[in-house]
Amino acid sequence: MEIKVLFFASCRDLVGKSQTSITMSDGASVSDLLARLAADHPRFTEMEASLMVSVNQAYVDRSQPLQDGDEAALIPPVSGGAAAGGVATGESRGGRSHVR
Amino acid sequence: MSADLYRIQGEAIQPDALHDTVLRESDGAVATFAGVVRNQSQGRRTRYLVYDAYREMAEMKMAEIGGEVKEKWEVDRVGMLHRVGRLEIGETSVLIAISAPHRKAALEACHYAIDRLKETVPIWKKEVWTDGEEWIEGDPSASQQSKK
Repeated sequence: MEIKVLFFASCRDLVGKSQTSITMSDGASVSDLLARLAADHPRFTEMEASLMVSVNQAYVDRSQPLQDGDEAALIPPVSGGAAAGGVATGESRGGRSHVR
Repeated sequence: MSADLYRIQGEAIQPDALHDTVLRESDGAVATFAGVVRNQSQGRRTRYLVYDAYREMAEMKMAEIGGEVKEKWEVDRVGMLHRVGRLEIGETSVLIAISAPHRKAALEACHYAIDRLKETVPIWKKEVWTDGEEWIEGDPSASQQSKK
């Protein structure tokens, strides 16, 4: 199956492109996709732990299965977080579903 | 007349236009927040900023925040705009305007909305200084906490 992968900000600089298409075997998950990217781009492992991943524009956890035609995006930490007394709602950036 | 507005845009933000978009005659208040490019960051002189966004998802996440705001406060309309591309010192990078019958709801909702935007909306900022440049990423420890 074909997965469209988008890269942003520091991750795009590291990979050297803004998007690519990757062929994965059926049943592959987000974790498998990240492993593939790490194999292709050795420096990717340095930032992999800090990334959020979205599939079809929703934050997902790494066990999420992929489907043919999915659009995955690798999302470095966003610029925020500097505001004093931030709102700790427990739901930020993928919230409860984010497990690794 | 359109209702709520959530947009990532390359062109300059027009505060008055967003104000007019969210205001109706039943409203007694409009709270706005503008984020602006400042001339320094932690002692380093900023030349300009570059913003990057995952546009479709960013607009969707902003709309989600608008939905959260409407659940929590009695507000009328929500408008959220964010620039992408190169921004010079003094330019507006983000603008939020929220109308409501009364000021308290508008003010509290506006504060909440900008904090949530900074947490969940996939937008990144690169600071370009006189002696280098770097993508600015959120505090990893804060991020870890919020993921629990």
